Amino acid sequence: MADSNLPKPSSSVKLVLLGEAAVGKSSLVLRFVNNDFQENKEPTIGAAFLTQKCNLPTRTIKFEIWDTAGQERFASLAPMYYRNAQAALVVYDLTKPTSLIKAKHWVAELQRQASPGIVIALVGNKLDLTSDGAGDAADGSGEDGGEDSGDARKISTEEAKGYAEEEGLLFFETSAKTGYNVTEVFTAIANAIPETSLKTARGPGASHAAGRTEEQRVNLNGPRDAEAKDSCAC
Amino acid sequence: MTTSPSPSKPPHPISASPSASASPTPSPALSPPALPPRRKISSEGFSHAAQPTTAVSSIDISTLSFPDGSRGTFPSNAPGPVSVPISGPSATPNPSGYGTPTQNSTLGDASDAMSIMSLAAPTTRAQGHGGDLASLVAGGLNRKSRAWNMLRSQSSDAVQPFESIELGIPGNLAGFAREFDDIPDGNTDEVRMALWKSKMKHYMILSSAGKPIYSRHGDLSLINSYMGVVQTIISFYEEGQNPLLGFTAGDARFVIAIEGPLYFVAVSKLGESDAQLRSQLDALYMQILSTLTLPTLKSIFVHRPSTDLRKPLEGTESLLSSLADSFTKGSPSTLLGALECLRLRKSQRHAINNVFLKCRSEKLLYGLIVAGGKLVSVIRPRKHSLHPSDLQLIFNMLFESGGIQAGGGESWIPLCLPAFNNRGYLYMYVSFFDSELDEPTPATEPTPATEPTPATEPPEPSPPPNDEAIALILISPDKESFYDLQEMRTKLAAQLTTPKTNHLALIRTAARAGRPRIPSIAPGSQIAHFLYKSRANVQFCMSPLPSRPSSPSQDTLSDREGLETTLTTRRRLMSIYHELHASVHARHAHLRVLHAVASDAASLAWITPVFELYCVAGPHVSRTAMAQGANAVVQWARREEERLFIIGGGVF
Repeated sequence: MADSNLPKPSSSVKLVLLGEAAVGKSSLVLRFVNNDFQENKEPTIGAAFLTQKCNLPTRTIKFEIWDTAGQERFASLAPMYYRNAQAALVVYDLTKPTSLIKAKHWVAELQRQASPGIVIALVGNKLDLTSDGAGDAADGSGEDGGEDSGDARKISTEEAKGYAEEEGLLFFETSAKTGYNVTEVFTAIANAIPETSLKTARGPGASHAAGRTEEQRVNLNGPRDAEAKDSCAC
Repeated sequence: MTTSPSPSKPPHPISASPSASASPTPSPALSPPALPPRRKISSEGFSHAAQPTTAVSSIDISTLSFPDGSRGTFPSNAPGPVSVPISGPSATPNPSGYGTPTQNSTLGDASDAMSIMSLAAPTTRAQGHGGDLASLVAGGLNRKSRAWNMLRSQSSDAVQPFESIELGIPGNLAGFAREFDDIPDGNTDEVRMALWKSKMKHYMILSSAGKPIYSRHGDLSLINSYMGVVQTIISFYEEGQNPLLGFTAGDARFVIAIEGPLYFVAVSKLGESDAQLRSQLDALYMQILSTLTLPTLKSIFVHRPSTDLRKPLEGTESLLSSLADSFTKGSPSTLLGALECLRLRKSQRHAINNVFLKCRSEKLLYGLIVAGGKLVSVIRPRKHSLHPSDLQLIFNMLFESGGIQAGGGESWIPLCLPAFNNRGYLYMYVSFFDSELDEPTPATEPTPATEPTPATEPPEPSPPPNDEAIALILISPDKESFYDLQEMRTKLAAQLTTPKTNHLALIRTAARAGRPRIPSIAPGSQIAHFLYKSRANVQFCMSPLPSRPSSPSQDTLSDREGLETTLTTRRRLMSIYHELHASVHARHAHLRVLHAVASDAASLAWITPVFELYCVAGPHVSRTAMAQGANAVVQWARREEERLFIIGGGVF
């Protein structure tokens, strides 16, 4: 146990992305997982499942990400994805007012039906289309600010932030295109997941979490996680 | 000689459907199932296949009369056969594998002269506006693209097909390269409308109430009024209980399909037949059903006939468009209603099937391994087959439309497979095998003992990534079975990549090797391209399509020009196949062999109960040479049957 190379304790966290179509959920994930961006990305069909590790000072979080399609016809499948999720990213497009309304619906649904301890982050994406975003990204590329006066923002930071505080959500404005704030969202979520929640998610002996079979299955797929758990002192 | 049109021939109409059940053969063993992964073909079927003694004869395409009184296939059954066998393989197996020249020579040159006249019709029509369009494009088309050089290098010297593409003929392809360009937003409506009208192919979908649902070109606001006109015309005939099926306006053919509350319209200037356009529209309808299911579609319109279906279909426009574009570019799979498989040794495929079956999850309905749109392996329950039209939708989603692959990760997709069951959803797990992950030792990739292909074969330039992507598709009726199928994938990936037998590397090598090339199939043959469909298996194979030059071209062609020439050449090739296919599948056609000559290419179709063969060569290739080449391809396909096609697949 004195081995300094011993891997940090590692745990899996199931995270779901929800939000209206075309707000940039898949682009956020693509930025987080592959540090990549695609213009005119085609819509997600159904849902995509991706994983990415997030290194914290004291432990490693392995995100198991469910990137869901935003179209209305897939809404009925959403419970399948947020059930047992420990974290959710509810995304809106800060140039599109209806997308915040939809985001609020998702937050309400999660608070009503998801696991009680779920960590929810409200994320306003497409900051690159606003004047703030232009400022942030100015060092990168000079091509931004092409929109009328460089600001297509329709939802003020104050409005969204105020709502997030009321509901006890983490709040970020991001740009998947420039990468601004994307990793920060996931790191903040990783930090916000309570230790107890991690334990219950990983420990087969967790008694107070009913209906965890799915997560146990997930963990069966990750034998390395199991080893890491054995060496975990907590 | 017997090659002149014989009026005494008994009329034996062939159904337009490719189903062999309509074939006139007396053998019950030759009425094969319509679905692909069938257990087996009776050996009797093969013995018939071994005797394709159909005559090659001239044909006057304008009348579609055909001199072959033997109904084509079996001289032994034929009363007073007037046909000349191309070869007699069963009697005297030819070690070289292709037709004996002595027999072919009986076809003679006189008949060639006739056949050259035979397909003059298309070139003489519509000469009117040929000149000016020719001047626009002739330069670009006549230049030699690298892609076409490659296709050409497959055959010997002589004039190759499409060296000169006659412009102004029906299916005039001037400007085809711009067919897929977007109509830009910036311009005035007049400019945009002119661009819209310049497209050679349109697909429109609208509701019977006249609400636009989809149009391949132009945003709906631009063409809303046209949608209204279309709706009015269709509804007018609907009310008369005499539905409008199609009409011609200028050089555009309009074909209409009505499916419940939906109107589908195809507008084509590419010379496709009504039946072909209708099958394309049907595929678009299947795509909509695949998204919504039939009961949902019905209930939407029962409750509110004026519903805007765009909302429920949101996000699937790209699937419809990629489907539509594959038709416009020319899809052999859709034309033949058949699937393409990856060519693999029988033992290799067998081994993959077995591994696949061994890893099977209880929740699995269908399992597929697909490499670059070509089926590698399929496992299925004994009671269920997979229908080609369903697979077409899946392949379109995974390989033509970029969404799934680009997203990375694993996908879990609810979809309805309408030919399987149009009433409900299945759930599809999709994972692409990452080449680095699954081939830990790419350097020592076991080179599979390759088939007897000549070493002189030029290495195929690395195909676009889509041609190599290997996808695992696991379909379950249980929407909660993602983790089960994911587990199955993990097991399967491990089993497929054991150091001893790296099946995945084998698959990747086979996918990279590309489609079978004519020099290795029929050495010395003058055929430039072929399509071969095995009717019993509902599968086809073909030689490589003209592809975009992927390495820096030595020509002065810019990339864009190269792409344009490739697109146009491919379309011209596919147009010839469409014409052949339409002729031999016309309602009352009783053709077995059709030889057609146009100014830019000669072509041949050969239909038997067992197979359909279509091939194209340069315009001056004699019919004898075509027949020899065709014969060689058929013999090769028969030899390679179990490599080219999946026969049965893994059954549980």
